[in-house]
Amino acid sequence: MDMRTDDKLKTASPSENAASIEVQEKIATTPGFQRQPTSWIGRKRGAAGRFTLSPINRRRWENFKANRRGYWSFWLFLVLFVLSLGAEFIANDKPLLVSYKGELLSPVLVDYPESKFGGFLATTDYKDPFIIDEIEQNGWMIWPPIRYSYTSINKDYPRIKGPEDRCLGFPAPPLWATSAELCEAPADQLARFNELGNRNWLGTDDQGRDVLARVIYGFRISVLFGLLLTFFSSVIGVTAGAVQGYFGGRVDLFFQRVLEIWSSIPSLYVLIIISSVLVPGFWTLLGVLLLFQWVSLVGVVRAEFLRARNFEYVTAARALGLSDRKIMFKHLLPNAMVATLTFLPFNLSGSITALTALDFLGLGLPPGSPSLGELLAQGKANLQAPWLGLTAFFTLATLLSLLIFIGEAVRDALDPRKTFR
Amino acid sequence: MKTRQPLVQVRDLSVAFRSGDTTSLAVKGVSFEINKGETVALVGESGSGKTVSALSIMRLLPYPAASHPTGEILYDGKDLLKASEAEMRDIRGARISIIFQEPMTSLNPLHSIEKQVGEVLKLHRGMEDKAIRARVLELLRRVGLRDPEKRLSAFPHQLSGGQRQRVMIAMALANEPDLLIADEPTTALDVTIQAQILELLKELQSELGMAMLLITHDLGIVRKMAERVYVMNNGKVVEEGKTADIFADPKHPYTRHLISAEPKGEPPPMNPAAPIVVQTDDLKVWFPIRKGLLRRTVDHVKAVDGLSLKLRAGQTLGVVGESGSGKTTLGLAIMRLISSKGPVAYLGKRIDGLNSKAMRPLRKEMQIVFQDPFGSLSPRLSVGQIIEEGLLIQQPHLSYDERRARVAQALSEVGLDPEAQDRYPHEFSGGQRQRIAIARAMVLEPKFVMLDEPTSALDMSVQARIVDLLRDLQERHNLAYLFISHDLKVVRALSSYVIVMRNGKVVEEGPSEEIFRAPKTDYTKALLAAAFDLKVEHRGALAV
Repeated sequence: MDMRTDDKLKTASPSENAASIEVQEKIATTPGFQRQPTSWIGRKRGAAGRFTLSPINRRRWENFKANRRGYWSFWLFLVLFVLSLGAEFIANDKPLLVSYKGELLSPVLVDYPESKFGGFLATTDYKDPFIIDEIEQNGWMIWPPIRYSYTSINKDYPRIKGPEDRCLGFPAPPLWATSAELCEAPADQLARFNELGNRNWLGTDDQGRDVLARVIYGFRISVLFGLLLTFFSSVIGVTAGAVQGYFGGRVDLFFQRVLEIWSSIPSLYVLIIISSVLVPGFWTLLGVLLLFQWVSLVGVVRAEFLRARNFEYVTAARALGLSDRKIMFKHLLPNAMVATLTFLPFNLSGSITALTALDFLGLGLPPGSPSLGELLAQGKANLQAPWLGLTAFFTLATLLSLLIFIGEAVRDALDPRKTFR
Repeated sequence: MKTRQPLVQVRDLSVAFRSGDTTSLAVKGVSFEINKGETVALVGESGSGKTVSALSIMRLLPYPAASHPTGEILYDGKDLLKASEAEMRDIRGARISIIFQEPMTSLNPLHSIEKQVGEVLKLHRGMEDKAIRARVLELLRRVGLRDPEKRLSAFPHQLSGGQRQRVMIAMALANEPDLLIADEPTTALDVTIQAQILELLKELQSELGMAMLLITHDLGIVRKMAERVYVMNNGKVVEEGKTADIFADPKHPYTRHLISAEPKGEPPPMNPAAPIVVQTDDLKVWFPIRKGLLRRTVDHVKAVDGLSLKLRAGQTLGVVGESGSGKTTLGLAIMRLISSKGPVAYLGKRIDGLNSKAMRPLRKEMQIVFQDPFGSLSPRLSVGQIIEEGLLIQQPHLSYDERRARVAQALSEVGLDPEAQDRYPHEFSGGQRQRIAIARAMVLEPKFVMLDEPTSALDMSVQARIVDLLRDLQERHNLAYLFISHDLKVVRALSSYVIVMRNGKVVEEGPSEEIFRAPKTDYTKALLAAAFDLKVEHRGALAV
């Protein structure tokens, strides 16, 4: 069989680009076509067995990297997030490693009763002078850089002198930010207070808890909450949008109306009502916020499915006898993933803001949890202690800006019409 | 011929495209010239660089990514490649204008016809609204749009493809350009409309005395339209000369290959004894038109209206007609991919009324190949995954290795390297992709295949080979084909029996030699004239 020209077209690499441009042109000008071959899942090269990116994904990754701001934001966010995942090893009121009477102990991982160190309480307070003395005399201990957890109170803070030489209580400012003198205190307390690891780098909140430790834990809980909420709302939203778009017709008509009603409910008020009835907790909050978050993706996914369900390869799949569910997963979902992926960082920042807002109103996480919203509320209640509000503000601003920058970069990288450089 | 200054002179033009870190040359040192009032054709297959060369004249390439390492384009003594963007704007649409292949998307769907055509006049001539309206009317009348007064406020979706292309031409001609670039102006149109548009272009050209640069892969059009031809292959001009000379005595092997590329061969002879694979009797596909608050059905769009056919094993039934005649709907109804009324029998068993589960075992015996090799393969799956998809459903007991073997076998059967199964569709040319689509159908060893314009989106020379492949497969596996096409040349090469459809009804049917030799109805005659001679005949029988 004569295959000359077919082969020629295949092997003529210099003209391939022209061919693909012409092809893309034709595709772009014909309705119902894919704009260009896109494969969003990495591909496996049979022989090498190594996981490599498909060309289109390589191009996207290159485009993402070309956006310096988004690229650096991505890494910075990743570093911050990974560090905050190990918050227990960075800010904790328990030492990382203890050598006591020849025995190596890791209090961060294991709860030792106080009896181990000669006391009688069920849990050990490693900041208790008695315990510290006991351990130092029979061994040594390594502390994390910040010796506070999000619940630990700085009992050694000697109070600072305010106007008319009155000794003020908490919230206490970070030492580097104040010129006020300290009130008198026993020498051993001052010695402990002045130890580098015991410093409150960002001051304390109104209960004497270290703000920096709370910010670290608060960052973690915010991001984790946001990620979970985004994940679940994407799963629900994509499913709903997929069903609507794929089946169209009456299903679509009905669900569109439901969505319209649902999304016009003022969600914050409903959340306030619900969270005053339910016992607040991480998972209940997640569920409550999920009620309203999942709507955001439905429209996009629905549109993608509506567009793609008439593609010829979908009809071909039906002619092969594939079931609806298989077609949706195998052929249509990948089309919708680009749109979904573009929205993810923005949804993530939206989720974080929602949690912060509820916490700020006091309807969020249970009291005592480290949360940025609660810190903001404290800042509002204690205007004389600007380190509270400023810390919460800058943490949130950094976190949200990073996410937005990443989101912009992702959006541009997935836009096939954008050329960089 | 006396020596004179050519209108446009392209010298040693190269075009490079950069993607990522790699730069590739799409056009490599091409030179051609166009004289005043002359029609010049750039011929070549997709990817030969003809469109890119022509777009360079108007500097319409995606410029940060595209560049011209060498060359100059002289127009009116000026090098267009060095002209400023402001100068280019004065030239585009006024002195040099262009019509594109796809009239569907070249018009803005949100603007009325008057606004779109008038825009060029306003931009370049600064005419007043009243004068614009008069000129637009004149232009629309000139390009043969019926009732131009009524069409002024029409939107593109209210016009047919041919009418849209006429509007595009009116836009291009609004400022009486010196040069009209026609980039595959009829490829997306029906044969009958194609003949009309070509005739119109020819008339207008001689009337206005403008030059035309025609870009096409269809040598029939070149022969009819062009005075001189440049044959392009792989970014280079391989042969040039007067049209008559080139056709009479092609020098370059590539030109010879192009000229000999028409679909040839004979369909298998009629065999009335062969078992009937598919039979329909008075098949109807009516789409209801609903109106009013209660969505009552007031009328029907009769896409297929009372069609009876018999298709025997090893035979091809050709269904021809213009777009909108219901050909594809008929095929989909037989495949039970849309609902229909009237009995459809497969191997003597009624299959209308079966639900999708009951249809599933039959699916492997009834397959489709689509028109568009780009749209019919999922770009996200490898070739192997695409082809094995049917096997996964129909023969789930096969192991991974058995499936791969079956896929490899199917690929080699359609003339592709079995190694291709680990690659992705975008790495293949149009013809190769169509082979993949055929392999996807063949791997299930079907008895009946619906071919929905399988060659229309392909280059001429590739078409011929796909036709050969289809005939070969039919012979080997005793397949029954339902061949749907508006391209009568291909139909003649494949079908033994032909049905001519129009508006959902059969206009004429019979053994294909009879239809092609002695068509009875005016409509069939007009179709044949348009397809084989690019002529407009029996105007009354055709839509405009």
